[in-house]
Amino acid sequence: MNQLMGQFGHPDSDAVPALECRNVGRTFMIKKGMFAEKQPLKAVQEVSLQVNRGEVLAIVGESGCGKTTLAKMLLGLLEPTTGEILLDGVPINSVSIKDIARKVQPVFQDPYSSLNPRKTIEQIISLPLKVHEIGSKESRRARVEEYMRLVGLPKRLVHSYPNQLSGGQRQRVAIARALIMEPKIVVCDEPTSALDVSVQAHILNLLQDLRKELNLTYAFISHDLAVVEHLADWVAVMYLGRLIEFGKAIDIFNNPKHPYTRALLDSVLTPDASLGLPEITLGRGLPNPLSPPSGCYFHPRCPDAKEQCSAEQPALIENEDRLIECHLYK
Amino acid sequence: MSSDTVLEVENLSVDIAVPAGTLHAVSNLSLQVEQGETLCIVGESGCGKSITSLAIMNLLPRKAKLTADKLALEDRDLLSMSESEFAKLRGDRIGMIFQDPMTSLNPVFRIGDQLEEVYIQHGKGGRKEARERAEFLLEKVGIVAPTERLSQYPHQLSGGLRQRMMIAMTLMCDPALIIADEPTTALDVTMQAQTLNLLRSLQKEFNAGLILITHDLGVVARMADRVMVMYAGRAVEIGSAEEVFDMPTHPYTQGLIDCIPVPGRTEPGSKLGSIRGIVPALVGDLDGCMFRNRCDHVSDPCLSGDIGLTEISAGRAYRCHLSPEESKNKLSVEGAACP
Repeated sequence: MNQLMGQFGHPDSDAVPALECRNVGRTFMIKKGMFAEKQPLKAVQEVSLQVNRGEVLAIVGESGCGKTTLAKMLLGLLEPTTGEILLDGVPINSVSIKDIARKVQPVFQDPYSSLNPRKTIEQIISLPLKVHEIGSKESRRARVEEYMRLVGLPKRLVHSYPNQLSGGQRQRVAIARALIMEPKIVVCDEPTSALDVSVQAHILNLLQDLRKELNLTYAFISHDLAVVEHLADWVAVMYLGRLIEFGKAIDIFNNPKHPYTRALLDSVLTPDASLGLPEITLGRGLPNPLSPPSGCYFHPRCPDAKEQCSAEQPALIENEDRLIECHLYK
Repeated sequence: MSSDTVLEVENLSVDIAVPAGTLHAVSNLSLQVEQGETLCIVGESGCGKSITSLAIMNLLPRKAKLTADKLALEDRDLLSMSESEFAKLRGDRIGMIFQDPMTSLNPVFRIGDQLEEVYIQHGKGGRKEARERAEFLLEKVGIVAPTERLSQYPHQLSGGLRQRMMIAMTLMCDPALIIADEPTTALDVTMQAQTLNLLRSLQKEFNAGLILITHDLGVVARMADRVMVMYAGRAVEIGSAEEVFDMPTHPYTQGLIDCIPVPGRTEPGSKLGSIRGIVPALVGDLDGCMFRNRCDHVSDPCLSGDIGLTEISAGRAYRCHLSPEESKNKLSVEGAACP
């Protein structure tokens, strides 16, 4: 498996990927009721993927598919129960959380709840420097101003509080706070879904510019596939904790192979008034992850399900330009 | 007013008293909804789209002051109606679907009780008829085993199912008008298309007028018969979905369309178009075009005076000083620059 991943899509295999997941899984023990036995909930299972420096990996899927759990593991906030995560080839569990924080930083969905309302913008942005005891007070101030300029925040906001800022400005604060430690990887968990469309465009443009300028790697979690298509180099599609399709964004969008990926792409509503609403064949919602279906997890909703699909779990295999987990592809 | 018109609003304004003065949340808004028609109101946060819907339902906050030349539902004047008369109307002739199905159902009552209550409250019949109607509608919204579902509590249902319950509840009394405020924003993409399909087919079947409020241009393009783009409490562009999306006349509409990435249209990785600046404060005396600080085509006439709606053809109007030809030339050039 790892060998396969090693060659996959990376012509210069000498380069150590910025981020690599090897068979990563996370199981939570859930108690249903006061006297009930604890049950395992496999939030993430056997996820293997990798991204090179300066590339954007998008993780897509419905709510409850494990994308946020995966993001938390990438940030070192949750430990994987199986497998390992490597940053620049170094296993994440061998370094301290402080050192992880120097390499990986998050930008969260809701800029209204992710900034401390009682701290000024300067205090918020400089907090990572303070925690890591970097520089004097004056040098920290200079650096805060530098990063505010970088993300397009006017200098006069330095003593403002988050409630005095618009949604777009708050998200810029969150981005500046994430970048001030000069991380290599930024994990963006739905960074624009709480914003208006015109503000979203500003933030997406900013993220693109910063990536080019600072050679950043993004792990971009989103359910908005139009945004993913616009931003991502690589796309990982997750379903009920499993990676079901992984490949170059351009290949996946031009030729989705897994029936679930196809359904996801079909449900994107482009602003084209000549088209009606798409017919989505995925009848029911996501099954209960506490008792996942037998065989392929997707078979109860799959329009192409065969007999084999309910009996046997497909393995993640390489098919032409991508990795795919489906019995339809050999 | 033709006999098919469900809702008619003329020159609706909503002013809200705030410490700094008067906030003009909605200014001189006129709209009409016909039977079986879908009107989409689209705009960004703070543009007054939700306040408009609350004004129609008479659910405005106490500090808000409503003025209008006309506000009529099925030829009944809503302006002179008392609160108790309105209470009879809501849930009966007007149905409302809110954004978040998690919070719009009462968690301590069974689904069935909540559906039946609407029916019984409005004197449509007794408990037995109500139960029959609820089961009939649950089947309509595609819920298998409706009898079992009716005895469940909201927390036992997924988000998609809950939103279907809301749609069923709205239809209990066969309303003339349905107002849906961001009905699919809280749902997954796969559920979104299904829920919208359902809403559309049922609205046509029950021949109700639908006001769909959303910020998602994709939803608007696919659902709307007519579109009203709102900015700063005013309608800035009105027309059929084809007209508005294929040939936007107001610079704001064009800006909105350029802002969103569209698979197949925007080049991946390219710069998205953007609207500079921020929404103006709506407090105090407002003069001139509200969009002038963010517009690339601003000229002297934009700075002061009242900019009225210019009608291009029947049902197609926009609020801008550019003539239709000018805007066509200018906006299409701009559109070509950032595809």
